Amino acid sequence: MNVTIVDYKSGNISSVINSFEAVAQDNININVTEDLNQIKSSDKIVLPGQGSFKSCVDALNNISGLVDALKDFALVNKKPLLGICVGLQMFADVGYEEAETKGLGWIPGKVSKIDNKNGKYKLPHIGWNEIEFMKNSKIFNGIENKSHMYFVHSYEFIPEDKSVISATVDYSTKVVCSIEKENLFGTQFHPEKSDKLGLQIIKNFINL
Amino acid sequence: MLKNRIIPCLDVKNGRVVKGINFVELKDAGDPVEQAKIYSDSGADEICFLDITASNENRDIIYDVVKETSKNCFVPLTVGGGVRSIEDINKLLNCGADKVSINTAAVQNPNLIKEASKKFGSQCIVVAIDAKKTLEHKWSVFTHGGRENTNIDAVEYARLSEKNGAGEILLTSMDKDGTQSGYDIDLTCQISKAINIPVIASGGVGNLEHLKDGIVKGGASAVLAASIFHFGTFSIKEVKEYLKSKNVSVRI
Repeated sequence: MNVTIVDYKSGNISSVINSFEAVAQDNININVTEDLNQIKSSDKIVLPGQGSFKSCVDALNNISGLVDALKDFALVNKKPLLGICVGLQMFADVGYEEAETKGLGWIPGKVSKIDNKNGKYKLPHIGWNEIEFMKNSKIFNGIENKSHMYFVHSYEFIPEDKSVISATVDYSTKVVCSIEKENLFGTQFHPEKSDKLGLQIIKNFINL
Repeated sequence: MLKNRIIPCLDVKNGRVVKGINFVELKDAGDPVEQAKIYSDSGADEICFLDITASNENRDIIYDVVKETSKNCFVPLTVGGGVRSIEDINKLLNCGADKVSINTAAVQNPNLIKEASKKFGSQCIVVAIDAKKTLEHKWSVFTHGGRENTNIDAVEYARLSEKNGAGEILLTSMDKDGTQSGYDIDLTCQISKAINIPVIASGGVGNLEHLKDGIVKGGASAVLAASIFHFGTFSIKEVKEYLKSKNVSVRI
């Protein structure tokens, strides 16, 4: 099986690569590429994302044909895709970090700054926090409710359809931190930096 | 609820740990890769490497260390020491560091923080402040490993760092560092109140109560320590169990 981590030249993806390589069994190839043909022929895709919403969207658009190839993969062929952090946020229609920026528009919703109650809560939301399940998600197999995951972000994805939310995290409000919609998966936290439980989530995605 | 983080720090010189875990069962007490793994397996919330390599020729060694460490360490890894440019940051991140802490270069060139946080995201840019008390409730920022007084007010500088895009402040009290007499609570508290990004308290931990005070009295989001872990005085587990017993929320 081929799992492709999309390298669209935005942010640091070495930790994502390391974690996938650490859990992958012998029959699984982890590819890291921006090559459209390789992306199209993959069985699963990981869309990482660090930095601002705008810089990630810009970087995706900079690679000619990439957005269409991803859309084909995820929406037409409906193969499993995991977005991590801004990778998840980009599923939205629009984001407001830096400037109002159009997202991929795969899941209706927006990405806004976490309400920090006038400075009562520090931003970025950095560190380990408990996730609370909202529904069963295939990537949470073997993970207990209220497990700790590692977060680093100031913005949150607010989907219109709340039924896509698979987990939230308590930080000033109930912040959406994981979604599952058919073949689309996303985590606001970083499974690649969330110790053994994070690796379990990655394993679950690979084994879908 | 967001947990308070416990961060062990390893001083690395020419690729070898000079202040790290001093346990007998270690195969190689000077191997940062092995030590980082032990810390992360025992529940450290993050790992910090401080590269104190003196000569530029040996600077590249840290890249290999980070590369090897990040293959086996699945909690965030912060690397600092001698970081001067966008290129240095880029190299460390590409080797697998999750955050880079910048000290002297951030004072000399505030644009570096602006540029770096824009390019790599605030989440991976930590501004490290070495502060020394000059007057009652006043601290000055020192650079070059604490050798040069910039005469910049530490609280003002923390505010400026936040404005320039730093994601966190790693705050070391030079007066307290190495004394084992506890963090400078006044300093930690002033800076923590002045800014809205997380503060990591550093310098002076000698016992468990000091860690608690850094969080409860100082308002730090994370506490960093080297010696107490290095000399095996306390394990990460002991620290966390103590803090939990004092109603300080930690990941266990």
